Amino acid sequence: MNIVVCGKVIPASSVTIEIDSSTKRMIRKGVTHELDPAAASAVEEGLRLTEKHGGTVTLITMGISDVTIGIRNALAMGATSAVHILDDAVAGSDTLGTAKLLAAAIKKQEFDLVICATESSDSYSGIVPGQIAHFLGVPPVTFAKEIALDGSKITIKRQSETGYDIVESTLPVLVAVSSGINEPRYPQLKGIMAAKKKEIKVYTAADLGLPADQVGEKGAREKVLTIGRPPKRQAGKVVTDEGEGGKQIADFLAEIKVI
Amino acid sequence: MADAIWVYAELSDERLTPTTLEMLTKAAAVGKAEAVLLGPAPEDAAQILAQYGASKIYRCVDPVYRDYLTLPAAETVAGLIQKHQPAAMLFASSYTGRDIVANLSARLDCGAISDVGDFVLKDGSVEATIPALGASYQNTSTLVSQGTKLLLVRPKAFEANPNEQPQSVEEVQAATAEALRTVHMRERVAVKREGPQLDGAKTIISGGRGLKGEENFAMLKELADVLGGAVGATRAAVDAGWVPYAMQIGQTGKTVKPDLYIACGISGAVQHLSGMKTSKFIISINKDPEAPIFQYSDFGVVGDVFKVVPQLIEEIKKRKGV
Repeated sequence: MNIVVCGKVIPASSVTIEIDSSTKRMIRKGVTHELDPAAASAVEEGLRLTEKHGGTVTLITMGISDVTIGIRNALAMGATSAVHILDDAVAGSDTLGTAKLLAAAIKKQEFDLVICATESSDSYSGIVPGQIAHFLGVPPVTFAKEIALDGSKITIKRQSETGYDIVESTLPVLVAVSSGINEPRYPQLKGIMAAKKKEIKVYTAADLGLPADQVGEKGAREKVLTIGRPPKRQAGKVVTDEGEGGKQIADFLAEIKVI
Repeated sequence: MADAIWVYAELSDERLTPTTLEMLTKAAAVGKAEAVLLGPAPEDAAQILAQYGASKIYRCVDPVYRDYLTLPAAETVAGLIQKHQPAAMLFASSYTGRDIVANLSARLDCGAISDVGDFVLKDGSVEATIPALGASYQNTSTLVSQGTKLLLVRPKAFEANPNEQPQSVEEVQAATAEALRTVHMRERVAVKREGPQLDGAKTIISGGRGLKGEENFAMLKELADVLGGAVGATRAAVDAGWVPYAMQIGQTGKTVKPDLYIACGISGAVQHLSGMKTSKFIISINKDPEAPIFQYSDFGVVGDVFKVVPQLIEEIKKRKGV
């Protein structure tokens, strides 16, 4: 059972995101990074499946050199090895360019199952997993909240608007997991030590056979025209509760004629 | 001739979703609205689509679209797009919509824009407004690829208004090749929901991590009852297993727009804000004076939610004479 996990390493949640007004992109360089919690869930799910069924977990990510810390974290959790797509030429890739790169890197591995997060916690587009599945020629199942394997048959509980669906497919398949699927483990000292010796393969776009007009800003189908702070809602009054907080809210409700 | 703007009609619980009708209204306002309706649908579905502005409906009632995920629908839509080349096609930012758009954008090598709050079409190009990075930045994007622009539209981005067109249906052929029937829908399980639903609620009382546990949602239920509202939650509360996913408000949950939103123990992560910040009035209670939610609130109380909420409930009861 060889599992490939695609996950993103993103600016840490404690970082206030700034935008570079010339490139219209998030400033990532020099910012503290962490394995996206959504990606950590995908790694965790891969580890749980291989603990039960045997096999390897390979993390594939794309990003600047600052993301290495997050790759090491996934390796310390227990991933077998990692692949890092590291290339200035891929900066500014849109979802489609990202998916082409990830799919090309996945094809270089042996895999039965690809696990992705449903969406990253820094851009939330939510369409990269489905695009990767198309380029790999495997079926996509997204919003998975439970995965069960039985030989080459995979059964997935998938979140729905009204509850959940039970869907079935046959390996190889790509599954995007929802963030609540598990509680990712914290790396232990032994894992952290072991991670230092694990392999991180580095690929450029050229290594993956992708020409410059397919990736990065040049290859992007989606172009950002403007970026800025949205019009702020006029903030109202904030009071500190000194024993009358509930009553003050009731006064406000009366003022807006709710009660 | 006006640009043809297509809408992917989506069903939930055997009814057309509200977002389908919102997108149709918008499409009809800026161009010639047409709809694609795949899978078994209630008899009046085509009629409702026409009522909301669809001047043409491409339909196939084959159960393959209900019984197999994504690929049959993507195959049929891709064929229709290549044949008719509408200027744009709108999909709801839903489970189904995102999966079909992901496939189409890769297959047609055209890209797509996610999480669209508004858009303008001009001379074959599109300019879409997206609240990027949750709600803290907003950007406008365009697609430079030729051909049909694929947009994933946020729920409640537009209002749904009737705009009756004569009903015109074109039946299309089902995509039933075995290679498309790869993910089988074995069973749909509805999770029972209690109390008033979030959709359409005029008042919503919502709880986050600050509620500390499942049992404390009873307090919010009581507040919702005295105000005649529904109870919602943040992703943190849902992920912790305190309340079911159906109650989740935010980017990966529901988008709501009630008259009154009371946020209890919610810090205001962008993920949550983007699902509720267009509420008419927002009141928040949080112990952290720095919580971002206060910047979006019409009235905020820095305090202990377990003291403020019970006092508020008592006060409302008193004033209402209950």
